[in-house]
Amino acid sequence: MAEESVGERNRSNAFVVSARKRTLQKVAKTAGEGMLFSVAFLVAVIVLFIFYFVARDAIPFFQIRGFSEFFTSSNWYPADEPGEFGALAIIYGSLMVTLGSAMIAVPMGVAAAICLSDILPFSIRQYAKPVIEMLAAIPSVAFGFFALVVLAPLMQDHGGPLLMWAWWILVSPFLLLAVIVIADLLTANIKEEKRRQRRHWMLLIFLGLFSMILMFKVGFVLNGIQILTGTNALNVSLILSFMALPTIVSVSEDALQAVGRDIREGSYALGATRAETIIKTILPAASSGILAAVILGIMRALGETMVVWMASGNSSHIPQPWFNYLEAIRTLTATIAGDMGEADQVTGSARFHVLFAMGLLLLIISFISNLVSERIVVRQRKILSGQ
Amino acid sequence: MIKKLLLLGFFLSFAVGTAYADVKTLVLDGSTTVGPVAKSLATYFTKKYGVRVMVSESGSGNGAKSLINGSCTIAAMSRTMKDAEIAAARKKGVNPVAHVIAFDGLAMVVHPGNPVRSLSKAQISSIYRGTITNWKEVGGANARIVVIQRESNSGTQESFKELVTGKSMQITGSAETQSSNGAVKTRVSTTPSAIGFLGLGFVDRSVKVSAVNGVLPSIKTVKNGSYKVTRPLYLYTNGQPSGPVKQFIDLPNTVEGKAIISELGFVNR
Repeated sequence: MAEESVGERNRSNAFVVSARKRTLQKVAKTAGEGMLFSVAFLVAVIVLFIFYFVARDAIPFFQIRGFSEFFTSSNWYPADEPGEFGALAIIYGSLMVTLGSAMIAVPMGVAAAICLSDILPFSIRQYAKPVIEMLAAIPSVAFGFFALVVLAPLMQDHGGPLLMWAWWILVSPFLLLAVIVIADLLTANIKEEKRRQRRHWMLLIFLGLFSMILMFKVGFVLNGIQILTGTNALNVSLILSFMALPTIVSVSEDALQAVGRDIREGSYALGATRAETIIKTILPAASSGILAAVILGIMRALGETMVVWMASGNSSHIPQPWFNYLEAIRTLTATIAGDMGEADQVTGSARFHVLFAMGLLLLIISFISNLVSERIVVRQRKILSGQ
Repeated sequence: MIKKLLLLGFFLSFAVGTAYADVKTLVLDGSTTVGPVAKSLATYFTKKYGVRVMVSESGSGNGAKSLINGSCTIAAMSRTMKDAEIAAARKKGVNPVAHVIAFDGLAMVVHPGNPVRSLSKAQISSIYRGTITNWKEVGGANARIVVIQRESNSGTQESFKELVTGKSMQITGSAETQSSNGAVKTRVSTTPSAIGFLGLGFVDRSVKVSAVNGVLPSIKTVKNGSYKVTRPLYLYTNGQPSGPVKQFIDLPNTVEGKAIISELGFVNR
């Protein structure tokens, strides 16, 4: 009985807040907001501090040596007396492996995300996504060790055949698709059914043969390539793309999921096929999220150090010819890691500051790409909302 | 819960405190070449005197830096300290004293399948300068040479330049850089057209040693001076050592210490 009456009293007072309670709530609200604000503020301040401290030690380098040597020469001899600090080849190497890993990881990652979110049944997705995300948990030194001890010798011993098979496996589905689509398009205008079918078959056979020849010709050229050194830009790009994949897959899959069932069903209701729905509706709607995923993945590749230090060969020269991914390269991150030991503040000044100059350059690159992606996301949103 | 954490923290701080207060721990940092010797000596030393020795291998340059900063008691180096390093040490009130513990031959190594048996110093110089780029120019197969060097804070790299190519020579930009003796060995043993250099103690059957000016490096040829690419290995201390530090430095003079050093492929002084 007593309990019931207490309950009733509480219920009757449920919407009436005492003055004391209100002040308490106000204090709690201000305190909570203040704490959140200070945490956010702290993060921003930390970023500024990093910029400040890196720049503070980077600027003396440019005061001592000027800008032109750093950006135009590829003579990297920091240990010599007097030293040379041309970082062009090193900057180029960084961009090269970043681009290479993006070219592998972005199409694969986005395709995998589409497959996970729109093609595979839910029961498989439940297991597949955590497994892909597991890739992110592998420490980079393990990746580097694999690249140095397994992948590098493999490339040296069976480089040509490996490249040939990779070419065949990657290109054959695209060629098949292209042949079918081109044949369809070229015969679409022919009215008479029998003639159209005959023409269609002829085109299929002709284009098929042509693409087969293309595939085999290029394949055999690749088969003849002898990879001289396994610690090269291709090796690093491959490993970096594996490291960037989980980020790209996971974040893009979230973006695709966020598009929502209503939009998908709307598209189907208008008579679109699944392919049309994915390409014309879901991908544009999720494009800002996918772009964010891509930028995150690329940043991962640009900033990665251990793998690059172990598997890139670390030779500071621009490959001959410039697009040759089968030569050893050197990156900014690996140079900072590798030259840190000797470049003591007390023993060599330009040598010490040049590493900070490289760090500053990396910071600026990532800052700019973040800004650019932000801009694109904003613009995309405007377009999508029809403004 | 909080009580437990506090208790844990108390004990941890106690443990850390004793670890630092304990003079019976020596910290040794530096050359990856000296690393194996230092580790074996340390194990023996701990057994004999009950003094713990922590050995890290971060390169000669880092060893010097650690000694200057006071973060190690003994710096292992495969080269002498540079003038700049000594000046920096003096500035911080550190007086580095060198002790030679052993000699080491610097072996030029190639892939076991490489037919080249001997190279002259001039040929090695040209290979590292980038003027010789194909093995057939020095009597090998027709294949481009993959040149492998060490990173800039390696004492082995400095000794190599000093003893073989000349200090002021610039090694070709297309030379690959590896960060330890072990990594160089791995790369050379798996790359058919590679050339690299290793401390003699690291050489095993996975790589082939090339003679330099017709002399193969071995304990004998290093000792009698006929193999010219030879350098002393140093332990540096702050001032003249005393106590356990002195005991450790003197270890290479004892019979057991000498046995440990020659067992690892290095040469007693």
